[in-house]
Amino acid sequence: MPVTSETSVEVRDLTMSFGSGGAGRRPTMVQVLHDLTFDIGSAETLGLVGESGSGKSTVGRILVGLLKPTGGSVRLFGRSVTGADRAANFAAVRSRVQFVFQDPHAALNPRIRVGHSIAEPIDIAGKHSRRDRDDRVRQLLELVGLPRDSADRFPHEFSGGQRQRIVIARALSLSPDFVVCDEPVSALDVSMQAQIVNLLMDLQDRFGLSYLFIAHDMTVVRAIARRVAVMYAGSIVEIARNADLYADPLHPYTRALLDAMPRPDPTRIRPRTIPGEVPSLLAPPSGCRFHTRCPHVMPRCRDESPRLLEIAPGRQVACHLFTAAETTEP
Amino acid sequence: MPADALVSIRDLTVQFRTDRGWVSAIEDISLDINAGECLGVVGESGSGKSVTALSILRLHARGTARAARGSIMLDGRDLLRAPERDLRRVRGGDIAMVFQDPMSSLNPVLTIADQISESLRLHQGLSRAEGRSRAIELLDLVRIADAPRRADEYPHRLSGGMRQRVMIAIAIACRPRLLIADEPTTALDVTIQAQILELLRDLRAELGMAVMMISHDLGVIAEFAHRVVVMYAGRIVEQAPVGTLFSAPRHPYTEGLMTSLRGRDIPGQRLGSIPGRVPDPDESIPGCRFGPRCAHVEAVCRAAVPALVSISENHDVRCTPRSQALAPACL
Ligand SMILES: Nc1ncnc2c1ncn2[C@@H]1O[C@H](COP(=O)(O)OP(=O)(O)OP(=O)(O)O)[C@@H](O)[C@H]1O
Ligand SMILES: Nc1ncnc2c1ncn2[C@@H]1O[C@H](COP(=O)(O)OP(=O)(O)OP(=O)(O)O)[C@@H](O)[C@H]1O
Ligand code: SF4
Ligand SMILES: [Mg+2]
Ligand SMILES: [Mg+2]
Repeated sequence: MPVTSETSVEVRDLTMSFGSGGAGRRPTMVQVLHDLTFDIGSAETLGLVGESGSGKSTVGRILVGLLKPTGGSVRLFGRSVTGADRAANFAAVRSRVQFVFQDPHAALNPRIRVGHSIAEPIDIAGKHSRRDRDDRVRQLLELVGLPRDSADRFPHEFSGGQRQRIVIARALSLSPDFVVCDEPVSALDVSMQAQIVNLLMDLQDRFGLSYLFIAHDMTVVRAIARRVAVMYAGSIVEIARNADLYADPLHPYTRALLDAMPRPDPTRIRPRTIPGEVPSLLAPPSGCRFHTRCPHVMPRCRDESPRLLEIAPGRQVACHLFTAAETTEP
Repeated sequence: MPADALVSIRDLTVQFRTDRGWVSAIEDISLDINAGECLGVVGESGSGKSVTALSILRLHARGTARAARGSIMLDGRDLLRAPERDLRRVRGGDIAMVFQDPMSSLNPVLTIADQISESLRLHQGLSRAEGRSRAIELLDLVRIADAPRRADEYPHRLSGGMRQRVMIAIAIACRPRLLIADEPTTALDVTIQAQILELLRDLRAELGMAVMMISHDLGVIAEFAHRVVVMYAGRIVEQAPVGTLFSAPRHPYTEGLMTSLRGRDIPGQRLGSIPGRVPDPDESIPGCRFGPRCAHVEAVCRAAVPALVSISENHDVRCTPRSQALAPACL
């Protein structure tokens, strides 16, 4: 499916390596992202799922400009933020890109009143009068469903869910167009999760926001995302429309993730889980990095890394099981 | 009390010392854990699940916590009043526990084999060599590959999932009759969580022990438990066999939890949620503690604390309007 007319985010062949310093020795580079390619349309939510260490937060940090990738390109609202004019282009879009991180406790300074935290991006941008700023804070509090007098209180006076609302209010303060939400509800109870996810959906409807919504819980993503990208050990292994992915997961890892999700249904007999653990990035398996755990592994999988290929409209999979079907093309 | 109850908790109230005096974290808890069964305990953060579990083994810090009322019976003995010496024998012997964070429970300077055999040497007087070979058997039992080599490693070398397997090996070393698992998979990745739940399910069947599975995740509870206790703000609000609880929840709070899971399969649809939040233990709320968030609240709810009433066999609900409507008239 073609994404919406305007594209907020275009990522091409994105790679990221970190130096992993053996003390005294020359640091070896560890590659944590491998050739990621995806788009996020305007007013669209792309879900990004995968297990710990798969590289989800690294993607989010690159998109908001907190990390500089080691390869590939990123365009935000049509401007390249990885090319020669990186700094100038990023400055031009900075206020349109915001983030919400997982841990609302760490995200808020305990000694700073909530109103100040929310207004921080406005103060940094420095273009509002004192009165405009206070009005804006009150407006934002209302928008995220917090009492107006919250501005004068301190973070510890709020529950986890309320603190996440504060963080969302701050992210919205400069009226962004694209927000990276990195596990925004993972630390919350189910009913609080539902409240926050609903709030994010309402805000999207009202302001036409695009989201990159990062999670390890596939059920939360299912409600909010239009398309979902699944990551394993630094690569995207499948991208599909939400409904297709959940109804008919193609990549063996996507299937394993969905099978492993506990469901609130006592009559369900869960299939046995795949063995093993996510491989170390220091010594990644050859070929397909999932081959050590894959129930369908073939000799070819050990030697050759599968590429992410479009195997149906809007549906991309990186798995040798699905390349054969497409070789009959003219 | 049913004949096959292994542990029987009655009217348990546990309080903590705070600036404002003693505050009840759990109140009026009565539940049985039957031999060989898997009891699920579910509830949102702060509902009192861990406080209940820790009370069974009397693991609360002295002086800051007290059991103000109640009893916890094991083999005709009240664990709340037993001498500390007896309790040491119960801990790790009859009843063992695994926690959410395996790293903080493992000793970084002892090998895996030494940690596993520690309780065997304490409870069964094994020698160091005997302890090591039992440790290797136990590592096999928790499906750790290459057990003899792993036995001599230190915990920091292990992944989170491996550490949790080691914690389980330690817990089952003395063949406990009850294993209390407090959010054992919450910190783990989805596929590893599924592996650990499978392991616990297999071990429960192989060893015939009872498991008290504590989780805030209704999915985990649905797949693991035979019977479920739902806690809210320090009290049991509903208890029922797992099938009944998920097909016919009766307490408005349980209904709310179930609703918040529904609709997740329809993109863009708003999720059901319970408005408001869980109260703190020292918030005074007249009558039902769920009242301020409940869509069905009535005057009777505020007038008195609802009692936990049996509405059918093995199904209890703490909600005055519901139990009036549903409880069998003849008592
Ligand atoms: N600044 C850094 N320096 C070195 N390595 C890093 C750095 N940031 C991340 N990594 C490594 O990159 C890999 C991917 O990390 P990332 O945080 O993106 O994963 P994630 O998918 O967000 O995981 P989680 O679900 O645990 O949040 C990990 O192996 C991590 O250790
Ligand atoms: N040592 C303590 N001192 C004071 N209050 C405590 C102590 N331990 C627990 N509490 C309080 O008792 C209540 C119940 O806590 P408990 O840890 O049992 O909740 P829980 O259901 O296990 O929640 P979670 O899902 O977050 O683990 C909470 O309000 C908590 O703040
Ligand atoms: S490429 Fe091979 S090993 Fe990788 S997921 Fe597909 S079948 Fe499994
Ligand atoms: Mg992350
Ligand atoms: Mg707990």
